[in-house]
Amino acid sequence: MTTRGWICRIGVCLLAVGLSWNMAEAKTQAVKSVRVGVIGPMKSTDGENMWRGALMAQEEINKAGGVKQGTAKIKLELVKVDTNEEVSVSDAVLAVERNVNKADFFVGSKRSESALAMQDVLMKNKKIFISSGGVHPELCARVGKDYDRFKYFFRVILNSAYMGKIMFLHLGDVAKIVKEELGIEKPKVAILADKLQWADPIVAAVEKNAPNMGLEVVGAWRPSANASDVTAELAAIKEAGAHIIFQAVSGPVGIALGKQWGQLEIPAALIGGNSYGVVKTFYDATGGYGTYMTTQTSVGPVKITNKTIPFWDSFVKRFNDFPGYTSSSYDAVYILKEAVERAGTLDSDKVVEEMEKTDYAGAFGRIVFYPKGHEWAHDVKFGSGFNTWVIVQWKAKDKVSVVWPYGWEGVTYEGSEKYQLPPWMVKQLKKK
Amino acid sequence: MQVLISGIVIGTVYAVLALGFSLIWGAARIINLAYTSFYMLAAYFFYIFTSLLGIPMVVGVPLSVFVAALLGVSTYKFCLERIRAHDTVVMLISVLIAFFFEEIVLAVFGQQLFSVPPFVEGYRELFGVRVLKQYFLAFGFSVALLVGLWIFLSRFRIGIAIRATSQDKEVVNLMGISEKKVSLIAIILGIGFVTVSSVVVSPIYVVEPSMWMHPIIMILAIVVLGGLGSLKGSVIAAYILGFSEVIVVNWLPMGAFIKSAIALLVMVIVLLVKPEGMFGVVFEEERL
Repeated sequence: MTTRGWICRIGVCLLAVGLSWNMAEAKTQAVKSVRVGVIGPMKSTDGENMWRGALMAQEEINKAGGVKQGTAKIKLELVKVDTNEEVSVSDAVLAVERNVNKADFFVGSKRSESALAMQDVLMKNKKIFISSGGVHPELCARVGKDYDRFKYFFRVILNSAYMGKIMFLHLGDVAKIVKEELGIEKPKVAILADKLQWADPIVAAVEKNAPNMGLEVVGAWRPSANASDVTAELAAIKEAGAHIIFQAVSGPVGIALGKQWGQLEIPAALIGGNSYGVVKTFYDATGGYGTYMTTQTSVGPVKITNKTIPFWDSFVKRFNDFPGYTSSSYDAVYILKEAVERAGTLDSDKVVEEMEKTDYAGAFGRIVFYPKGHEWAHDVKFGSGFNTWVIVQWKAKDKVSVVWPYGWEGVTYEGSEKYQLPPWMVKQLKKK
Repeated sequence: MQVLISGIVIGTVYAVLALGFSLIWGAARIINLAYTSFYMLAAYFFYIFTSLLGIPMVVGVPLSVFVAALLGVSTYKFCLERIRAHDTVVMLISVLIAFFFEEIVLAVFGQQLFSVPPFVEGYRELFGVRVLKQYFLAFGFSVALLVGLWIFLSRFRIGIAIRATSQDKEVVNLMGISEKKVSLIAIILGIGFVTVSSVVVSPIYVVEPSMWMHPIIMILAIVVLGGLGSLKGSVIAAYILGFSEVIVVNWLPMGAFIKSAIALLVMVIVLLVKPEGMFGVVFEEERL
């Protein structure tokens, strides 16, 4: 080989080494931090609670050194993405489109309608998206049906089908109490659900299953999620003779309902799910009239795991509020952190593989995801010993008690109390 | 019976809100879409003064009405008066004003929902139907306002001047009456109506930034249905739409979320039959 040939070969080798060194350097520089986008309606209570949950996790993780990558630890950063999704689905999609490259992973969402639209954008960009708010089963059904496209989606909270199931189990408990304490043989149930997609399967399930539970359904009322007056609905429900109002509301109507139910002393137990009823401001917003209402949520002041009470206490102390169901972003951030550490990279496909192996005892319960092939792949597993959620009952200004699970499949979390019928209901119906 | 009582109560509240709007349209000839934003502001001032600052209700309530009304009248004086000859511009600017106030409230309070204390606690049963005492109070207030307005417009010189202005501005000017002053008085009265109604009904509802939207939609439907500018038409239309809402909730519970849409449908049907509204005037004539 000529000298010229050698020089050329050495030059090419040096160029190749230099390029690969630069690329490696660039790669190292790119993972100076893990960026997690928190997507939600940040001006609303649920959005605020979502951010608070993620913020607490971020601060704790960074205080402990950060996220382990190889031998080093890198910081975890949060990117706030205000989606305004309770008002506009298109606002939500635009917000995610604008921020899709500003974060490596995403957690959050509130409205299922918006979550479905945002899911499309994030899946297209192969970004892991963990829902801590959107609850419609379709979000995970999509993963089941088209795994390759939607595998980047996970959910750390129960879907609305399971939410419905829990509400049913509690409905059975309350119906039993109504029968025992008031001597009513066949309690009547009225459904009051806002006209949003997530509530549809719940309404259908109550209408179908309540009669099998020895209950009579007197009707289903579907006000707007933003209604500020439900006195006409409540008057009609009272007229129908309902003993139990099964609510499934996620908008401001939840405040109007809690308030006017108490003001009018409607002789019916108000149970079910009310997303505005899970935070401390509910009491003041209803002027205290919401006392005795129950609602389901993802966490309560009981020992679900060893992490629950410390998380609850720190949250209340720091924000002077109760964690909402969207605060499960706290667990979502921790799960991401662990999956990224196990994967040793921020590559979405590799992190997905590790996410699927998750078995994490979080503040909100044990998190294991349904596997590929399941109808709701990547949804959090429901059941005794897994994730159960809780149902809380308002007792006083700063006090909620966990009233479910209360003996269901042997589960009663330490600190739970028995459900209590509203005193005015007992007073009015016992006379008869 | 439940439909009857709920319909009367809701219809009366709508009537008062619509009357103020009609009055403003009649005398000042402006469609002020920011009208119900003062309803929202009065509720927030009520919350600030009584719940946050702890001012007794006897002082806090009139103060809330005064401050919100002052803002409403100032908005007219400084923003709308100079452009009131341009209908479309007035509508656009007034919508912007409404959103401006909503954004201000959002910036200060966020999307948090609040409650203000009722003047009277509890409820009464009327023919087996539970009605909040606060609703009775709102009903009483509304009736008093309606009767008061009727007397004012028929017996007092300023009231008669307002009616005259709503019929023919040019003749009023020729008669030596300041149409500008009369319009301002009508604005003060109209804004007064909406702010007073707000403090009376807000203890029943929830105080939130977008609470002005539903009322303005209903008011527009009412005044169009009743006949723009017709006070009598507004009152009757308010009851029609109030009853429509209650009937939907009772007879079509699964469709309760479309109660306002059904009310608007009633408006469309009436307008198809009578385009000028029930008591609207095609030519200038007596409106009261």
